Amino acid sequence: MDLYAEEILDHYKHPRHFGHLDNPTLTYHDRNPLCGDEITLELQIADGKVADVAFTGHGCAISRAAASMMSEEIIGKSLDELKTWDKENILDLLGIEVGPVRLKCALLPLKALKAAVWGLGEEE
Amino acid sequence: MLQETMTRFATPQPDGLDVEAIRADFPILQRRVHGLPLVYLDNAASSQKPRSVIETLTRYYENTNANVHRGVHTLSEEATAQYEAARAKVASFIGSCCPKEIIWTRNASEAMNLVAQSWGRANLKRGDRVLLTEMEHHSNIVPWQILSAELGFEIAYVRVADDGTLILDDLPKLLTPRTKLFAFTYMSNVVGTINPVKELTRAAHQAGALVLLDACQAVPHMPVDVQDLDVDFMAFSGHKMLGPTGIGALWGRRELLNAMPPWMGGGDMIREVHLSGFKPSELPWKFEAGTPAIAQAIGLGAAVDYLQRIGMAAIHRAERELTAYAMQRLREVKGLRILGPEAEKRGGLVAFTLEAAHPHDIAAVLDNLGIAIRAGHHCAQPLHERYGIPASARASFYLYNTKEEVDLLVKGLHKVVEMFAF
Repeated sequence: MDLYAEEILDHYKHPRHFGHLDNPTLTYHDRNPLCGDEITLELQIADGKVADVAFTGHGCAISRAAASMMSEEIIGKSLDELKTWDKENILDLLGIEVGPVRLKCALLPLKALKAAVWGLGEEE
Repeated sequence: MLQETMTRFATPQPDGLDVEAIRADFPILQRRVHGLPLVYLDNAASSQKPRSVIETLTRYYENTNANVHRGVHTLSEEATAQYEAARAKVASFIGSCCPKEIIWTRNASEAMNLVAQSWGRANLKRGDRVLLTEMEHHSNIVPWQILSAELGFEIAYVRVADDGTLILDDLPKLLTPRTKLFAFTYMSNVVGTINPVKELTRAAHQAGALVLLDACQAVPHMPVDVQDLDVDFMAFSGHKMLGPTGIGALWGRRELLNAMPPWMGGGDMIREVHLSGFKPSELPWKFEAGTPAIAQAIGLGAAVDYLQRIGMAAIHRAERELTAYAMQRLREVKGLRILGPEAEKRGGLVAFTLEAAHPHDIAAVLDNLGIAIRAGHHCAQPLHERYGIPASARASFYLYNTKEEVDLLVKGLHKVVEMFAF
């Protein structure tokens, strides 16, 4: 089925950048209690750009694949650029049609990223 | 209802329900989803409707539609008569002595909020206790948390054992002399456990507490008799028992309901209104402000007719058999863990987790195969926290489900495992 394209399943089974950084500059934890999806995003910032990234957490294939794909994409990007990201950036990465119910899953990593780069405090 | 049930008990039914004939009564079961026949296994969330209920709604809107308890014209009188007849049907269906003990609400949640806001506000104060259980639906937790924040009474919970049954040994010390109400579910919408309502009610009454029973998952699926159970309040919803959405009921003992203050003001709930104040109407209208869900109440009456024709004891027996079969077959799926007790202690639903896949992914893949199940925390987040899981998948059955559909579910789950296994 379209939702579970080969690439999505590959990122789900073998998530890139899954784990922790030694000294993250920015960390943000977010969750989607309705689904039970959870993510902790860690960013290493150098010269205003993302030097490294790692994430942990659990969730469905869509949210984990989105986190994995997003992590690959943001390395080298400036914080200013990432501040302009919106849902289209994530949906382009996923390359699948995401219905309204699953959109929240797909966008959880982005939500954490935006909060981190805008320097929002921890949720809890 | 009792008569119907007893007749059914008395007549041997070696083949159980005539499921094929029942399925023909439900138009929606003919539809296809993603090109495949619909397999509807989300009945604990909402049931499908037989043609007789759908036609009752249409007939009402085409022939009768008018407001109730107001006009003296023919339509209004007919609407009122049908609306009140439905109340009488529902009352007798649950073994109530009289229709005025049935208060129409939008759903079971509203029924429980009614008890909290009317009875609770008048009877609870700082130092009192409301006892709930860890397996409650949010609708039997949050109304008490809202009220407790205001009135300062405490909320305690009967814990759930690993097998999904209540830990009854704790009950004597949880039911303190200050416990005013024990509110619990007849059947868990997640682990499926059927609680020993009579035993729990006896213990509560001995401690001087009243009992509010959340019978949302019970009334649609088994014979329920409020007098036999001896509870004080009972909440249930229409859409889970073949009826329309937007209609549910609170049953309460009439001396309790009589003593309770109104909770919502408006038309229909008053006897008289002056600029200086009002006098409330009598039961049941005292608690029914504004134009009610008239068509939906009449539709629920038709649903009760349908259920009684089949027989609640026969439905319960068939669902238990199907559930036992489902549990046995589900265990064949790699990495599948069933939440809750063995089949003999539960009603017609099975919640589970899969090692390989998140419940949302399970539900999405199954949907693609035409199979509707629920994924999430099923409005019972505390129970999922108790089990240390964020969510679960749930298949829930009703009188029109078949073993073949269970087989399709199991086949679909094998596919999920194949897709997502690491």
